[in-house]
Amino acid sequence: MLDRDQVLHVARLARLELSEEEVERMAAELSHVLDHIEKIRELDLEGVAPTSHVIDVVNVLRADEPEPSLPREAVLAAAPEPLMDGFGVPSPGAA
Amino acid sequence: MNELIALSAAEAAERVRAGEIDPGELFDAYRQRAAADDLNAFTWVADEAPRDHDYAHTPLGGVPVAVKDLFCTEGVPSQSGSKILEGYRPPYSATVVRNLAEAGAPLLGKTNQDEFAMGSSNENSAFGPVLNPWDRRRVPGGSSGGSAAAVAAGLAPWAIGTDTGGSIRQPAALCGVVGLKPTYGACSRYGMIAFASSLDQAGPFTRNVTDAALLFRHMVGQDRRDSTSLEFPEPIELPRGEDLKGVRLGIPEELVGADAGVDPGVRASFDETLRLAEELGATLEPCQLPHASHALSAYYLIAPAEASANLARFDGVRYGLREDGASDLTTMYSRTREVGFGPEVQRRIMLGTYALSSGYYDAYYGKAQKVRTKIAEDFRGAFERFDFVITPTSPWTAFELGSKTHDPLAMYLNDFCTVPMSLAGIPAISIPSGLSEGLPVGFQLAGPAFSEPRLLAAAYALEQAIGFDGSPARA
Repeated sequence: MLDRDQVLHVARLARLELSEEEVERMAAELSHVLDHIEKIRELDLEGVAPTSHVIDVVNVLRADEPEPSLPREAVLAAAPEPLMDGFGVPSPGAA
Repeated sequence: MNELIALSAAEAAERVRAGEIDPGELFDAYRQRAAADDLNAFTWVADEAPRDHDYAHTPLGGVPVAVKDLFCTEGVPSQSGSKILEGYRPPYSATVVRNLAEAGAPLLGKTNQDEFAMGSSNENSAFGPVLNPWDRRRVPGGSSGGSAAAVAAGLAPWAIGTDTGGSIRQPAALCGVVGLKPTYGACSRYGMIAFASSLDQAGPFTRNVTDAALLFRHMVGQDRRDSTSLEFPEPIELPRGEDLKGVRLGIPEELVGADAGVDPGVRASFDETLRLAEELGATLEPCQLPHASHALSAYYLIAPAEASANLARFDGVRYGLREDGASDLTTMYSRTREVGFGPEVQRRIMLGTYALSSGYYDAYYGKAQKVRTKIAEDFRGAFERFDFVITPTSPWTAFELGSKTHDPLAMYLNDFCTVPMSLAGIPAISIPSGLSEGLPVGFQLAGPAFSEPRLLAAAYALEQAIGFDGSPARA
């Protein structure tokens, strides 16, 4: 059901660089799973409100008070390329 | 076996509080067992407990807790079973972990899991599968397989895990321990590495129901860092009820009926549990959850959709793996994610991205969210007539390593009985009901939102009547 072009399109949206072999495998596996899931399209759900939150809660607000953040060095400690007190990345380059 | 290990967690806490046990000795007894783990249940084990606590004066008495890898623990590897987070040491701890530490349960170690909690067998971990202590050729279930196996094998007195569609209840059943998935919002999700945010909930793994109540009591609470968390509306007492007089149990035909594919050995153990429930005074009747048979389909759209958004953060910029050598930013993202994520995680990201993509959103994600509404309504209807619904936790017992890895859909069926409760946000507990061909079987009790105290009381009464012996797995 999912063809090669659709798989490549979704992989591009998801920022996943799939190999040729993975594109084929993914197309087959996703189609198999979607075939099963398709069953819910048979249900008549006209007028049913979609669930956005499962427990009844009211909006939660708090005062917007400044407080200290995590220390910069603690946050940068896990970065692959700490650079000039920030996160280094390759050039955005051509889109 | 060391006599300290034979004590339940609640007993050990009481003995420490009474001054009869040294909390340091208790910690060391478990630390040694966890360090000698040959089930691959642990991904990291602590050297010692923090000494700045007077454990004899804490409610949890210094009884150490094993924590699923996906909980952030300050300065300690928190990898969510993924290569993309290998070696990551967060600068802060999850609220639930902090709550437990403050109540006197120090961190014993981090437990293995399916990558980003996506799996039902623990075979999707980047750090290798966990073995089931009842039979090492078999899986412990998943995704919290390490926590379940560690408690079953007595490598930890108790543990915490997370449940998105069954990831506490199913491994608890397959390993012969108690596992509670709380009401959505009972425990803060702050510091849990997110899988599907509208479903993820932390909960306890324990040897018995009393331990589960005690640990859960100290996990809950509203947290300003998670606006979906709620104050638990009543105190969580340790269960005492010895009978089920007046308790009405509904048996959902859609999950338990002949079409549900429940293994005969599981079915026999479940029927025996129903018989005991009746003996204890419960009334049993079939009930209907008309949309429950569509729960799995809705779940496998909603959870991957949310995962595809949550896992966008793993991009090789701020933490974790980066695949070097890319000449531009987008290529760096795509290569890092391709190398860092395992096959199941990639599959779910693809599925979720597809379900959310332009032109498909209404047909898939939108429709699934409507099914979710119907499932929640089904449960509300059932709870007008029944106090709880009761089902087997998993359709089958622990299966052999590798036996389901070739077919993603077959693996997803593990969640058949557990996913409906997740979609409805309601609490559910898995309790051992006995053995089938030497392997543990579990059953599941589920109740309305915030019914945990009553749920634990009913579970306790059944546990006493069943008298399951988990000690062979701790030998």
